[in-house]
Amino acid sequence: MAYVGQLQRKFVEYTKSLYREGIVDKQFTQLHNLQDESNPDFAEEVVTLFFTDSQRLLNELTNALEQQDVDFNTVDAYVHQFKGSSSSVGAQRVKDLCISFRTLCEQQNKELCLRCLQQVKLEYASFKSKLESLFQLEKQIVEAGGTIPTID
Amino acid sequence: MGVKIQSHHSVAVMLNDQLGAKKRVTFVYTYRAWLLKLLLIWGFAGLIISGLIYNNMDADAKLRRKEVLVGMCDQRARMLQDQFRVSVNHVHALAILVSTFHYFKTPSAIDQETFAEYTARTSFERPLLSGVAYAERVVNAERDEFEKQHGWTIKTMDREPSPLRDEYAPVIFSQETVSYIESLDMMSGEEDRENILRARETGKAVLTNPFKLLGSHHLGVVLTFPVYKSKLLPRPTVEERIEATAGYLGGAFDVESLVENLLGQLAGNQAIVVNVYDITNASDPLVMYGHQHQDGDMSLVHMSNVDFGDPFRKHQMICRYHHKAPMSWLALICACFFFVIWSLGGYILYGAADHIVKVEDDFNKMQELKVRAEAADVAKSQFLATVSHEIRTPMNGILGMLALLLDTDLSSPQKDYARTAQDCGKALIKLINEVLDRAKIEAGKLELEAVPFNLRSILDDVLSLFSEESRHKGIELALFVSDKVPEIVVGDPGRFRQIITNLVGNSVKFTERGHILVQVHLAEHSKALMDSKTENSMNPGLHEFVALSGACQFNTLSGCEAADDRNSWDAFRHLVADERFCSDASNGMVTDEASGNVTLMVCVEDTGIGIPLHAQNRVFTPFMQVDSSTSRNYGGTGIGLSISKCLVELMGGQINFISRPQVGSTFSFSVTFGRCEKNGFINLKISHSDDLPTAFRGLKAVLVDGKPVRAAVTRYHLKRLGLICEIASSIKMAVAMCGNNGSLTPGFGSLPDMILIEKDSWISSGDEGGLNVRLLECKQNGYALKLPKLILLATNINADELNKAKAAGFADTIIMKPLRASMVAACLQQVLGVGKKRLHGKELNGSTFLRSLLCGKKILVVDDNMVNRRVAAGALKKFGADVECAESGKVALEKLHLPHAFDACFMDIQMPEMDGFEATRRIRLMESEANRRSNGGPTVGGIASKVEWHIPILAMTADVIHATCDECLKCGMDGYVSKPFDEENLYQAVAKFFEAKPFPDT
Repeated sequence: MAYVGQLQRKFVEYTKSLYREGIVDKQFTQLHNLQDESNPDFAEEVVTLFFTDSQRLLNELTNALEQQDVDFNTVDAYVHQFKGSSSSVGAQRVKDLCISFRTLCEQQNKELCLRCLQQVKLEYASFKSKLESLFQLEKQIVEAGGTIPTID
Repeated sequence: MGVKIQSHHSVAVMLNDQLGAKKRVTFVYTYRAWLLKLLLIWGFAGLIISGLIYNNMDADAKLRRKEVLVGMCDQRARMLQDQFRVSVNHVHALAILVSTFHYFKTPSAIDQETFAEYTARTSFERPLLSGVAYAERVVNAERDEFEKQHGWTIKTMDREPSPLRDEYAPVIFSQETVSYIESLDMMSGEEDRENILRARETGKAVLTNPFKLLGSHHLGVVLTFPVYKSKLLPRPTVEERIEATAGYLGGAFDVESLVENLLGQLAGNQAIVVNVYDITNASDPLVMYGHQHQDGDMSLVHMSNVDFGDPFRKHQMICRYHHKAPMSWLALICACFFFVIWSLGGYILYGAADHIVKVEDDFNKMQELKVRAEAADVAKSQFLATVSHEIRTPMNGILGMLALLLDTDLSSPQKDYARTAQDCGKALIKLINEVLDRAKIEAGKLELEAVPFNLRSILDDVLSLFSEESRHKGIELALFVSDKVPEIVVGDPGRFRQIITNLVGNSVKFTERGHILVQVHLAEHSKALMDSKTENSMNPGLHEFVALSGACQFNTLSGCEAADDRNSWDAFRHLVADERFCSDASNGMVTDEASGNVTLMVCVEDTGIGIPLHAQNRVFTPFMQVDSSTSRNYGGTGIGLSISKCLVELMGGQINFISRPQVGSTFSFSVTFGRCEKNGFINLKISHSDDLPTAFRGLKAVLVDGKPVRAAVTRYHLKRLGLICEIASSIKMAVAMCGNNGSLTPGFGSLPDMILIEKDSWISSGDEGGLNVRLLECKQNGYALKLPKLILLATNINADELNKAKAAGFADTIIMKPLRASMVAACLQQVLGVGKKRLHGKELNGSTFLRSLLCGKKILVVDDNMVNRRVAAGALKKFGADVECAESGKVALEKLHLPHAFDACFMDIQMPEMDGFEATRRIRLMESEANRRSNGGPTVGGIASKVEWHIPILAMTADVIHATCDECLKCGMDGYVSKPFDEENLYQAVAKFFEAKPFPDT
């Protein structure tokens, strides 16, 4: 039981750090609150969905920006999608980057766009790894027979 | 930023347009550059015209002058001529006399003596002649004989013996005046000789040239008449005449003195200069009279011919004025006068025109400034709105971060700093919101909602906000809502709350003692009462004061004087009494509800510092506080009341206030809300928003309070909980009521369940603990099975009093004021131990309500973003909805192909291929076609054909800006939810469009 408590504390600490660093925001809480007994893995399911979708979008973005003549409208559409999905899962920093990315698209600045894409990728990767470890932690708690503490 | 630039640009364009449109100028203004020139031309014309006038008048004067001259000259000439003629005629007569008496008589009847006497005596007949003389013709042959006969020799004019000549004409008779010429030969003088020759040849009087007369220095002429010896034949020849000539009668005209005399007799002598000339030789006129040198006015001369009777000689009189013609003053004055008037007229016209130009200039300037000011005002409002909006976003970030920061482990000073920062941030947000509100109202952008809400719970909420502060200050804060006010009204709860918050906030801020009372009545009701009150005010209710226990107290909530005494017990009692009556006959209310609107009168009464009289008229002006010290002492911006006023007016009401410095202020406003029609819905809403436990229904309470107003307020709260309440003014009365066990008080069949005692009444009654003892006695006597619970009501209580109270038997509870139904309920639950379960359920009420709304509904979520779709679906599923998803507008259209079973649709706006707007438009088109078909066509399916297809479509959008919202509504959507979903947002949106739908019983 002590082990579970430790895990739970760790989980709480970890989530708090995620909020503190601005990696996730309120929406993540909402997402978490949406899962209940009938749908225990809702958050994870959505986030996984987000990961798949994001990978695709990032690839598309990379392709689009590698073209000789960059079609900024296409790029903007992708970034918009990416922004939408990241805000839905509450990936705050990714979302913020997307917002500035869109202004860069408006300016049609290819170089800055590429640099921004790089940053988005980095941020996304960090988000992904952090969330994965969070879910890992959740699984551990569940396996150890504990309940996942609510996030507030 | 682009939007902003555009908006400024549009302001500039508007400004130009307005300038262009307003530039309507007068004729004068168009030609203003010409004004000075016109003035000069005018002046010049004036000069010319006055010159003409002068000339005209001057010419007249000259003409008159000339006429006068001509008249005078002619008159003189004629007189001279006449006089001359008379003299000539007389000389003629003399000649005839001489010929008759000297020659035809022998011997001669005339000698020198006779002649001299005769001429002397008749000289008055010849005033012009200095003298007359007769010279005889003597030929040389007869000279000696003649000299002998007369005894003297013929002498020349130089008085020497005459040399030898053919002929002589010695003077033989002479008037005495010229006796010196006797014996002088007239033929010796050049002029006389010529004269004599011409005279005997013509037989007429002839004149000499003018010359200096002998014996005088005057100019003169000599008149010579021939005297013939025999009678001449008719038409005699010259020779015959010469032959017949016997002698010559001559006379000297002293022309100078002659004319002098003559002129002396005439008027205007001084004015004119007269010259008489002999112009026989036209090229060399000889002066007969007058000065040789030309003086006088040479410009105007008149010549009159003078005929002296000698056809050989011609004479002329020339007259002219002595002085030059004087300036024609009249003409000059007239001209000047005209010019002056003309100039003045011109100047007045010029001045008027100039003024017009100036006024028009000013007008244009003002117009421009006005347009600019208006534009600036609009720009200011826009700027304020934009900036406030822009500030809000980061401020929310700051506040959020601060909230997170406060959750972390902080040392206590750090926590303090962070909390302070958060408080400041909140204050700032509040201010910004107020400014934004004001700007929105000014820009006319504020729209009021119309949702059903529970008025009482809103008021409860507001009061609870201030309860802490008021308790701290020791002010009684109380709420009273008339029973006639409907539970649920339709309006804008947020704005209503804002007004109340503002007014109560102000009251709390400015009140240090006494009370703040919020009352809500029906407007017509309170108005009717006010009318009756004014009638009654003639005889103030003395009994009220008598009934009061406190000496110098007013019949208000706390006993302090209030500014508006209409709210005192006197009025209050009527209201309450009326209500009691009405609630008994509640049928009246139901019929009243039929009308669509209800107008409420809300009063916020305080006993604060009041508003100084001089500041009362600018209370509602934004940013105007009473004076600068107000903001120093009490804080605030002074914008709140102006916003409240705007909001009240938007809600169709009026706000006003009565305030007396150092006594307090009463703000009252009217507001119109819609009544809520559907009973089912009302119940639903009540269960959600005003969730008061019903466990106390039917319980009995005795309220001990000496102050009727306060008692009424307390009773109002208890009544909301369903308690039956009786008021006792003192503990003794209460005990009596209990003790008599219903025999005297018909309302109570048994002992009351609780006794609520106001702290004041308890302390003033003095018998602490007495009550409890009495009650115990009652129990022991078997009157009651259960003791009533004792509850103390207090605004503030110190530790000492608390202990006392506990000792006195108020162990049960102390309810701290301000009262709130829910708080009272909680306390009562604690005391009575009932209804707990019910209260517990309240926690989840928001989401359960949402669940009840959404449960079983079939909802379509349209979003191209897979993640978003999943999240939205998850959120809706959580509330029991049956969710289906579509990943594009097209798929959504297919799914919504009629007939379908969906209850609602959540639609993303920005989607590739077909965006949310387009999809919605198509869906609406589809629906309207179907509706038309089913309505117009024959009824096929009975009920089915009557169904109006209209699926509620809600937009899901990340940026909830006004424009997007408008766009949503324009293309046929029913509302919007911001993405990502949150519970409250979702509830608001869903509640709005499901409210019209009948609620399925679950």
